[in-house]
Amino acid sequence: MFALMAGKNMKQVRITAAIGMSLQLILAGILVYLYLTGRSAGNTEQMMFYEHYVWYESLNIGYTIGVDGISVAMIALTSIVVFAGIFASWEMDFLSKEFFISLILLATGVFGFFISLDLFTMFLFYELAVIPMYLLIGIWGSGPKEYAAMKLTLMLMGGSALLLVGLLGIYFNSAAEGSALTFNIIEISKHTIPMEAQRFFFPITFVGFGVLGALFPLHTWSPDGHSSAPTAVSMLHAGVLMKLGGYGCFRVAMFLMPEAAHEMAWIFIILTSISVVYGAFGAVVQKDLKYINAYSSVSHCGLVLFAILMMNETALDGAILQMISHGLMTALFFALIGMLYGRTHTRLIHEMGGLMKVMPFIGVCYVIAGLASLGLPGLSGFVAEMTIFFGAFQHTDTFHRVVTVLACSSIVITAVYILRVIGTLLLGPVTNSHFNHLKDAVWYEKITTVSLIVAVAAIGLAPLWLSDMIGDSLQPIMEKLGILI
Amino acid sequence: MRHELLLTLAAMLVLIAEIFRTPGKTSGIIIFSIVLFAVVTGIGFFPAPTGVLFGGMFQNSPLTIIMKNILNIGVLIIFIQSYTWLKKDENLEKSGEFFLLIISTLIGMNFMISAGHFLMFYIGLELATIPIAALAAYERSKSQSAEAGIKLILTSALSSGILLYGLSMIYGTTGTLYFSELSSLIGANSLQILAFIFFFAGMAFKISMVPFHLWTADVYEGAPVNVTSYLSVISKGAAVFIFTIVLFTVFKEIVDLWQDVIYVIAVLTMTVGNLFAIRQKNMKRFLAFSSISQAGFILLGIIGGNEMGMASVVYYVLVYIFSNLGAFGVVSAIISKTGKENMDEYNGLYHTNPKLSLLMTLSLFSLAGIPPVAGFFGKFFLFAAAAEQGFYILVLIAVLNAIISLFYYLLVVKSMFINKNENPIPGFKSDFMTRLALIICLAGLVVTGFVSYVFEFIRSLSFGL
Repeated sequence: MFALMAGKNMKQVRITAAIGMSLQLILAGILVYLYLTGRSAGNTEQMMFYEHYVWYESLNIGYTIGVDGISVAMIALTSIVVFAGIFASWEMDFLSKEFFISLILLATGVFGFFISLDLFTMFLFYELAVIPMYLLIGIWGSGPKEYAAMKLTLMLMGGSALLLVGLLGIYFNSAAEGSALTFNIIEISKHTIPMEAQRFFFPITFVGFGVLGALFPLHTWSPDGHSSAPTAVSMLHAGVLMKLGGYGCFRVAMFLMPEAAHEMAWIFIILTSISVVYGAFGAVVQKDLKYINAYSSVSHCGLVLFAILMMNETALDGAILQMISHGLMTALFFALIGMLYGRTHTRLIHEMGGLMKVMPFIGVCYVIAGLASLGLPGLSGFVAEMTIFFGAFQHTDTFHRVVTVLACSSIVITAVYILRVIGTLLLGPVTNSHFNHLKDAVWYEKITTVSLIVAVAAIGLAPLWLSDMIGDSLQPIMEKLGILI
Repeated sequence: MRHELLLTLAAMLVLIAEIFRTPGKTSGIIIFSIVLFAVVTGIGFFPAPTGVLFGGMFQNSPLTIIMKNILNIGVLIIFIQSYTWLKKDENLEKSGEFFLLIISTLIGMNFMISAGHFLMFYIGLELATIPIAALAAYERSKSQSAEAGIKLILTSALSSGILLYGLSMIYGTTGTLYFSELSSLIGANSLQILAFIFFFAGMAFKISMVPFHLWTADVYEGAPVNVTSYLSVISKGAAVFIFTIVLFTVFKEIVDLWQDVIYVIAVLTMTVGNLFAIRQKNMKRFLAFSSISQAGFILLGIIGGNEMGMASVVYYVLVYIFSNLGAFGVVSAIISKTGKENMDEYNGLYHTNPKLSLLMTLSLFSLAGIPPVAGFFGKFFLFAAAAEQGFYILVLIAVLNAIISLFYYLLVVKSMFINKNENPIPGFKSDFMTRLALIICLAGLVVTGFVSYVFEFIRSLSFGL
């Protein structure tokens, strides 16, 4: 349903792209509304709007789609970010038609991924989302773009290589002896995959998705890729594409192979805590604004995976919230950095200063994004991180306590780098006299930032409806994980 | 039998037309041959009787019929692609020969695929090989082309010799060469295992598996581009078909043995082919090495040794025909217009020839196995066939190789889209025939993947193996 809508939008110019994406945003809104009313009307199916078309009959591959609260939330996030991204790249003049087509292709892949309930289709959309990145970064990027594009594509494809093996492994163990194998996630979840198969395929699948979710030590594509990508692509990539990793880890690896997840969680918990802390420290020492943000994304996405591995309802709820909140806030960051770079032609923080006086609108937005990132109450970051750490603390053993405290320390480090950037970048005297003539944001830039800020604040101020929506959908997953709290 | 008869008829008609041609003037024979072959291809799709002929020497099953049809489609595309090239003055004189030689190799391949007896198989193999050497030396004024021809004939002769030696051992130990009787007679006898290894080596030459691949790059580079595409697609496809059939029927008792052999050879073929392809600068050599690694992927389907494996191999060859011919079609169009065949001369191609670049990109993505084009589905099924037998490590190695291949395919994409060039290849409009061939490839790339009927149909036929 949604893939089709995204598909129709492949028109040529930016106006069409903008209209298409606004439409998409409205449709996403309608979807959220329908979903909520459907649920409150007592619809308790696991997946709503479920549709199934047989595709490859002999292999039991289907085009199976459906949404639960989690995918609805992710779709809403994607629509907002894509919408903002289109406006952020309003002045794209070089091969603009191709740019928007690739961008929308990327968005199609993402939408498709979130609604797929069939492993094969899901994998197809995943690869579809990764490939346009190469051209988007390679052609329209900046800096060492060819290197970054190649590195990013190959690393993500390396992840998908693991994933393919994992998915085939799941498929060939997806049903009891004698009955038909299937790629359908819902069907597989009713069957328990044999333990020895889980032991082998869980880590493969988890790492496969983890590459996209910037799992340490496989995160190195992220800083290079994000800093070289054009603004809209950085937004979409950090904001949405990295969430594919978290979503996949959770929907495929954990949901289908819960026993192995319990058994091996500790390895990945250690890796993700390293991600969280290392990413934050990495951000402290960077000088380039985009690198700072890329490392902070590594840290925040690490937190998502960390929360998923905590495997209780609160933490999982927090993980989804964090995905959405980080998606919005990082997109906002990258959009603002794009605007700053477009004006000052530098991204090095020590070359800038006092920009608040020159560009108050952008400055204020930057402060808001920063505060959301370090978890100020009232903005989305607080809600998400609070929930995660609350959930993580419900585990009472020493191991979980230690890693949780470690991960919590990242909040402090985040505050360090965010405040440092805000201090040098925005406050103080104007260091470079050329900057005095720079203009503040224009209308399409305002659309980008305002739409994102509204969403950030909305989640921050009224998180309950979202949290409820996610919480309902967590039930079957929690049952599968065998820990009802 | 209908395919073979039709092809023979077509070959004769081309010969007769050659006699009545006004010397030096018309290109009518080219059109005539293409149309004729299109008709032959079309008739091939009508349901044909199946059964056994010549006392078991020749067998026709629905599966062999679909294999022949796949080859026909590929040859038709190559014929259409060759149109511009054949119309050049230096080739016009001998254009009839081109069709004649290709059709006769195709007859050989058809007999080979339908063989029910090793003698029939060998006759078909030779008929399919010797004319190709003449084709490789088609541009006889060029020393490279002549060199390619002689290299091809020598290596083929050697591989045929090895293969025959293996066959003689089979005959010596069992007393028969009929496939149907052999399947129960071949066991773990050590002479028979030696025979299998010789047979395997002989076929490995034809499919250019590592370490029997050394002739490939030179021949591919020296031969005219249309002959290269024929060699890398049709000739290889036919050899893969019969190789699979023989392994699945005759040698099915020693499946454990040949699975081990194929395991090693598949890893070698993919890896070596890939690593060499990275370093190539000439597009023809580049595609040659990439086609070596593609052969390695095909082995993954064979290793399953089951119905899924058979279906995925046949399906993949079909997809491979479209993707490789798409890539070769673009290379051929550019060579015939500008004579440029190096990768760095492709820099900035997108800005002058966007459609060609897009098609090239799609073809390369299909070879690399990237959705939404058909190659993704083909690779997925091959991997699924291997995974079904529990070869997960092999699948992992293969997917990692697919990533390496993606790297060098992206190098081409990069040079077309990203690299700057002072004087790129100027924009040109290809003629109708070239475009037709490319459109067929494009349609094939898109349709064979999304329309599941193609795969399901092939799979439903693989039951009767």
